[in-house]
Amino acid sequence: MHDDLTGESLAALGDRVVAQARHGEEIEVVAVRSAETDVRAWDGGVESFASATADGVGIRVVIDQRQGFAHCGSHDEAIVAETLAEARDNAAFGTPDEFLGVAAPDGVSAPNLELWRPELAEVAPETKIDLALELERAALAGDRRIRGVESADYADTLSVGAVVTTSGIRSIDRSSGCHLSVFSVASAGEDTQTGFGFSVGRGLDELDVQEAAEGAVERAVRLLGARKPATTRTTVVFDPWVTAQFLGLVGATLSGEAVVTNRSLFADRLGEPVASTRLSLTDDPTDAAAFGAGPFDGEGLATRRNELIGAGVLQRFLHNSYTARRVGTASTGSAVRGYASVPGVGAMALAVAPGDCGAAELVAGIEDGVLVQEVSGLHSGVNLVSGDFSTGAEGLRIRNGELAEPIREFTVASTLQRMLLDVVAVGSDLTRLPMTAAGVTLVVADVTVSGE
Amino acid sequence: MTTSMPDADVLDATLRAALRSGGDFAEVFVEDRRGFRASFDDGRVEEPVSGRSRGAGIRVRAGASVGFAHTTDLSPTGLRDAAEVAASAARAGGVQPPGVPLSRRDVPAPNEVVAAPDNVAKDRKVGLLRVAEEAARAEGSAVFQVACTYGDSRRRILVANSDGLLSGDEQVKTFFSVSADAVGDGGKQSGRETVGHTAGFELFDTVDVTDLARTAARRALRKLEAVPAPSGTMPVVIGPGGGGVLFHEACGHGLEADHIHKDVSVFTGRVGEQVANPMVTLIDDGTMPREWGCYAIDDEGRPAQRNVLIADGVLVDYMWDRLRADRDGRDASSGNGRRQSYQHLPMVRMTNTYIANGDSHPDDIVADTPHGVYVAHLGGGQVNTATGDFVFGMTEAYLIEDGRLTAPIRDGNLIGNGPEVLLLIDALGNDFAMGSPGTCGKDGQGVPVGDGTPTLRVQRLTVGGTAA
Repeated sequence: MHDDLTGESLAALGDRVVAQARHGEEIEVVAVRSAETDVRAWDGGVESFASATADGVGIRVVIDQRQGFAHCGSHDEAIVAETLAEARDNAAFGTPDEFLGVAAPDGVSAPNLELWRPELAEVAPETKIDLALELERAALAGDRRIRGVESADYADTLSVGAVVTTSGIRSIDRSSGCHLSVFSVASAGEDTQTGFGFSVGRGLDELDVQEAAEGAVERAVRLLGARKPATTRTTVVFDPWVTAQFLGLVGATLSGEAVVTNRSLFADRLGEPVASTRLSLTDDPTDAAAFGAGPFDGEGLATRRNELIGAGVLQRFLHNSYTARRVGTASTGSAVRGYASVPGVGAMALAVAPGDCGAAELVAGIEDGVLVQEVSGLHSGVNLVSGDFSTGAEGLRIRNGELAEPIREFTVASTLQRMLLDVVAVGSDLTRLPMTAAGVTLVVADVTVSGE
Repeated sequence: MTTSMPDADVLDATLRAALRSGGDFAEVFVEDRRGFRASFDDGRVEEPVSGRSRGAGIRVRAGASVGFAHTTDLSPTGLRDAAEVAASAARAGGVQPPGVPLSRRDVPAPNEVVAAPDNVAKDRKVGLLRVAEEAARAEGSAVFQVACTYGDSRRRILVANSDGLLSGDEQVKTFFSVSADAVGDGGKQSGRETVGHTAGFELFDTVDVTDLARTAARRALRKLEAVPAPSGTMPVVIGPGGGGVLFHEACGHGLEADHIHKDVSVFTGRVGEQVANPMVTLIDDGTMPREWGCYAIDDEGRPAQRNVLIADGVLVDYMWDRLRADRDGRDASSGNGRRQSYQHLPMVRMTNTYIANGDSHPDDIVADTPHGVYVAHLGGGQVNTATGDFVFGMTEAYLIEDGRLTAPIRDGNLIGNGPEVLLLIDALGNDFAMGSPGTCGKDGQGVPVGDGTPTLRVQRLTVGGTAA
C-alpha cells in the first residue's frame, strides 16, 4: 500500500471497465483501496495488532432504464470482469424507471481539502503501539476510582477511491484518518460505571492522548452512585456527543430518498418552519475540519455546502442524481455509499450554527432538568416514519442551575418533530466528533424522562 | 476464475511462516462468500445486487498478544506475506510449537441445504417480491408504501491451525423481509416482519411471503390507532419469540467470556449462584437445525455446541472462544468463536440463545396482569455489560388493562438492568417460539444470531413513552 495509493491505478481500473460499455449502456465503477492498522492495549500489553489492506469494486449498469449492480472485494481483473457480467445480468430483473442513470458532470468544482497525510503510512508500528499503551496508562491514572480499562485502541485508515462513469466523471479521492478511543470502568463500593473517550485526527500530530483519557475518566466517574430518576416531563440538555447522534437522525429525515418514497416526516414542508428559530442546520462536507469532509460524493460529483434548516425554516432536502431527477431538481452532491452498494442519499458533515453560551452557562439557566451524556438503543427506539423518539439514557440531574446527582436506567422520549420545535438553546461549544454530525450542547424543553 | 480453497500443503506452509519467529499458536481462516439481494420499494423492483468476497485472515498468538493480517491473495506467496505481517505484529514471545501435521476433521452441518441459491433462477427470487408487495397493499388502502427484500448468501470457510486442525463448513442463509408504511389521521406508521433461516430456497416451501406481508401491513395499520406509550415502571409481558432479544441483552452478552476475563460483566464470578428466577433455563445452541445462528463449525474450526448457560435460575457457565478457553486452562472453547469475515479477529459470540418453556398458559399470564404493557414484537436492543443496563425496542405493543390487551401503543424503548430483570421474571408460558433473525453487533462486527422464548412476564420494567 505505497506506490498504488495515488488513486490513478484505481481510476485506470474504472477506465478499463467503462470502456467495455455497450451501445445504450451506462456504467459507473467505484473502486476503493484502504489500509488499516488497529492496535488494542490491555493490562499493560498489546492485546491485538492488526494490519491489512482491503480492496473493493462496485459496478452499476443501467440499460433500457433498468439498473443492475454487483460488487467484489478484489481488484483482480478476472473477478472484476465477472462482476461486470453479474451487474449486467442483474439489470434484466429491475423494473424500468426513466429516472435511473449514472450522474452527469454538473460543472461544480471539487474543493481542495487536503485530507491526505501520506506520512501516516510510514509511522512505525511501535509508535502506534506506544500510543495505545500510553492511552491505557493515562486512563488508569486519571482517577483512583478507575479500576480498569475495557479497551484502549489506536486505529488508522488510509483510503483511496475512484469513481469513473460513461458520462465522463472521473473523480479520485484520498483521505487519511486516525483515532484513539478508550472505555474506562469506574467503581465505588458495589457500583460500576463506564465512560468513553476519544481523539480524532487526520494525522498523528492531531491526536491527544490526555483528551481521550480524560473524557473516558470524567464520564465514568461522574456517574458513580447514579440512581434511577423519577418519571417527569422536563428540560433536557444533550451533551455534544448525544446531540451529534440526534442530528444524524434529523439528517436522515431530510434525505431525498425519504422524500421520493413519501416517508419523510417533512415532505411538502419546504419553506415552512419545522424547527425552533434558534436552529440552523447545514451539511457541509467542504469544511475540511469536519470528520465527514470529502471532495466528492458517492457518484463522483463535487460535494457542496447545503443549508438544510435556516432559523427554523426548512430550506432544502439532500439529493443524489436519481432522487433529484425524480423531483425535478439537481443533485446536492449527497450520494453516500460503500463500494458494496448503489449510491444512497445522506448527510456527510452536519453542523448546527453555534449559539452564544457555553454548556455551563446554559445549565446555569435551567432550574430543573436533566443532562444526558449517553444514549443507547437509538436503532431500536426511534421510528423515522412516525417520528417517535425514545432512547435509553444516563447523565446528571440539573437543580437550580447546577449539575447535581447522577442518574441512570431511564429513557428520554418525544417525537423528532416536536424536539426540533422544542429546542430552546444551542451551545457555543461546536465539537468535531467521529460521526456524520458535529456535536454541540443542545437544550430541548418538554421531554419525557421515564424512570421510577 | 478459480473457486478452489488453498490445499493442505499451502496452509501448512503458511502456518510455518506464521510461527517462524516464535509464537504459541497460528491459524489461517479462509472465507469465500457469495451473496444475492433484491429489493422492491416504491412500486418497483430495484437493482438486484450480487456480491463476492474471498480472502484469508491469519492470526498468530505470542503470549498474551495476537497479531493479525488479512489478504485477498490466496496464492502461496500471498498467504506467506500475510503470515509474516501477522507474525511481526504479534511481537515475538512464547515458543514455537512443534509442527503438527494437518488432519482434516469435518463435522456434519446441522441441516442439509436442499435448494442451493446458485441453482435457483433470479426471476424466481425476484418474483417473490411482487407477490409480497401485492399482499401487503391488499391489507388496506391506508398502506401507502411497501418495501420487501429477498436475500441469500453462501459462505464457505476453511480453518487450519498449528494444533493440526483442518476443518471446513458451508453456510447457506436465506431471508425475506417486508416493511409496510400506512398513513392515517394521526400521521404515518410502519410495520415490519422478517424471516431468515440457515437454508436454501426451500425456505419458501414452508414460509409464505404473503403471510409475512400481511403481518407487516397489519402491524402498521394497527398502529394508526396507537396511543402514546406510557412512561414509568410497570409489569411487561413479552409475547412468544420476542423475549429472546431481552435475554440476549439482559444477560447473553454478559456471559461472554471476554467480558468476564476483563471484569466488565455484572456476571463475573457468579457461576453457581442463583442469578434468575428458578423457572429460567437459558441455552445457547449453535446446532439448532435451520436457525439463523447455526453452523457446523465456528470460525475457529470448533464444532457448534448446545451450551446450557443458566439451569433453573443458577448460572452454569459462560460462553468461550479459543483464546479465552486457553487462558482459563479449559480443554476447548464452547464453539462460540465467531467473526464477521476473514477481515476480522474472532471473539466470543452467541449463536441461537433461548429460554426453555415454562408451565403457564400465555392467556393466563395476561389475564393475571391488572395493568401493564404487552410487547408483541421487538426491534433490537443494546446493553452495557459492565453496568448491566440494557434497552430493547417495541415495534408492536399494547396496553394491558384489567388483564386484557387494549389500545396499541406507539414505538419506543424499554430499559432495565440485566441481573435485576432476571430475578423479576415471574411467569413463563408454554408457547415457545423462535423470534426474528437478528444481526448481533459487538465491537464493530455483526454476526447472524437467533433467539427464542415463550411468553414471559417481567414484574417491573421501565417503559420509555411520553404518556403520564
